[in-house]
Amino acid sequence: MLELALKGSKRYYGWIAFLLVVIGIGSTALIDQWMNGLKITGMSRDVSWGFYISQFTYLVGLAASGVMIVLPNYFHSYKTNKHMVIFGEFMAIAACIMCLLFIVVDIGQPTRMMNMIFHPTPNSILFWDMIVLNGYLFLNLLVGWTCLQADRQHLPHPKWLKPFIYTSIIWAFSIHTVTAFLYQGLPGRHYWLTAILAARFLASAFCSGPAILLLVMMLTEKFTTFKMAKNAVKTLVKIIAYAMCVNMFFFALEIFTSFYSNIPGHMHPIVYLFSHATPGLVTLMWVFIAFAAIAITLLVTPRFRNNYKLLPWTLGILIIATWIDKGLGLLIGGFNPTPFETVTTYWPTLKELMVSMMVYAVGALVVTVLFKIATEVKEEVGHSQTLPCGCSSEDTCECAPEAE
Amino acid sequence: MKNNRRAFIKLAGIAAAGLAVAPKALASSGGHSPVSVNPKAVHAKHWAMVIDTTKLHTAEEIDKLAAVCHHIHNVPKIEGKKEVKWLWHDTYGHSFPEQENPHLAEEVHHRVFPLLCNHCENPPCVRVCPTKATFQRPDGIVAMDYHRCIGCRYCMAGCPYGSRSFNWGEPRLGLDVTKLNPEFPTRMRGVVEKCNFCVERLAVGQQPACVEASEGAMFFGDLKDPDSEVRKVLREKFTIRRKPSAGTEPSVYYII
Repeated sequence: MLELALKGSKRYYGWIAFLLVVIGIGSTALIDQWMNGLKITGMSRDVSWGFYISQFTYLVGLAASGVMIVLPNYFHSYKTNKHMVIFGEFMAIAACIMCLLFIVVDIGQPTRMMNMIFHPTPNSILFWDMIVLNGYLFLNLLVGWTCLQADRQHLPHPKWLKPFIYTSIIWAFSIHTVTAFLYQGLPGRHYWLTAILAARFLASAFCSGPAILLLVMMLTEKFTTFKMAKNAVKTLVKIIAYAMCVNMFFFALEIFTSFYSNIPGHMHPIVYLFSHATPGLVTLMWVFIAFAAIAITLLVTPRFRNNYKLLPWTLGILIIATWIDKGLGLLIGGFNPTPFETVTTYWPTLKELMVSMMVYAVGALVVTVLFKIATEVKEEVGHSQTLPCGCSSEDTCECAPEAE
Repeated sequence: MKNNRRAFIKLAGIAAAGLAVAPKALASSGGHSPVSVNPKAVHAKHWAMVIDTTKLHTAEEIDKLAAVCHHIHNVPKIEGKKEVKWLWHDTYGHSFPEQENPHLAEEVHHRVFPLLCNHCENPPCVRVCPTKATFQRPDGIVAMDYHRCIGCRYCMAGCPYGSRSFNWGEPRLGLDVTKLNPEFPTRMRGVVEKCNFCVERLAVGQQPACVEASEGAMFFGDLKDPDSEVRKVLREKFTIRRKPSAGTEPSVYYII
């Protein structure tokens, strides 16, 4: 099916070329990092992880989130989702690849990467994170590709795939739980040393991930003949709404525990992030709170939630809010107030951002190619196609053809 | 074609027989490591250090010890947040954040305290290391294999004492090549390093360099031996350790 990615419009090729240029520009910074070491980053003795690891953390959420489409389909037989499933899986593939790349660019001796496999160390959560990430990547490649191939040949999905599908659903939860455990088990880092961290990670993943997926799907609809079924979108938006509420509720729990207990170590990171950090970061943290409030308001009000003109903006606001919280604040809050009650500030350097941009561009490239293949196949077999009235062929719509 | 296959099977048979015999043949050539232990090496069940901060508490005194340590271990001099340090000093509040009070004896408040890797009994850095590049020796010393380290810096996130340094750039640029200690290796870029309780000196029967240079302000010995000097000091003086709440059980004790 890969050949489907090779034929496209000028706009498709233009976009691919643009991504390649971005990757090229970013790779100059990566080459600089290979030549000179990680000293080109803003990390330091006290802040040993930075932007790379925080992006990895955020993207694990995106990888895990595909399950919010897959799970209803397979566990609840919610068949409205069935033509969306492939996009959740393909998005997970791209996200896993980005996660792995972010880890590779972060380590000081990438040529020794295989030491993780040559000297397997089950007491290290990083070892398990490697297992779950690569496993999830493999599962999604296998399931996504096989299902799409079967669809293309008008065949039912093979039976032997079922165990892999069910495993992948459970596995999705594991990748984000294990990633939370990376942080959660460290003495001295109070912001992370909380039993609810894994739950917070999952809640934030299940709102931000589907939000990103939905935005990308809206773009896909613009450029292809693919159209999401209305009910599938509605369900997904509701999932996003609930997950975001749970996410912010969990955050409130953290605030309560820290400040009611009055334990300095637990209060410091929060006080730091929301009032003592650099003005830029403090502003960002309050933007997170404000945007989270706006996103929740828009999502829980049916009138706003069902307004598809407003929805992309709502999703955008939600993504920004969750990204500030998890893709930035989590790491900085955990590291900047050091365990010895000092503050060592961290802010990513331009080169660090360039390398990150490169990784994101690689992810966008993978998404583009995979979504191109998926939408082409859907067009070939006539699944979820746009009807003249704007509905999807999966909807019961006035302009829907009689037979399906 | 047929001949070739026969030749191949023969060869495979001989090779398999060889493989079966080889380990025995190798084993018969000795069966023990060719490396012999230095007879002068000192051993302990669990090495520990006691620092008498009533005798050793000024920045100059501690910096002098740090200079000795950093020199013999070829620790690069790098300014700023990306520095590499094995032995350094800090204030009471930063050294013992949970054990501070606002009415601390002024003299203690003005003291600075020597800090180094605590060689914890439950080292979080060993727990999190994904390649066993950081490992705990049977004698309690938390050691590093610089050649195994992939530079993930998880150990640095795990250490609640900030005892680990990472070589963000080329460390040899921070060394004075005319004053290198040829007896200890330099490090490469992209690996973590830290105090090693001078394992290389214990192996030849010497005390850690800082202990030797401290003129009696630091004690070093076997924590599991009730007659050792460290145990004697611990029995007689009131001591504290850093961050007891972290549960890491540091092997470095401070007389305040």
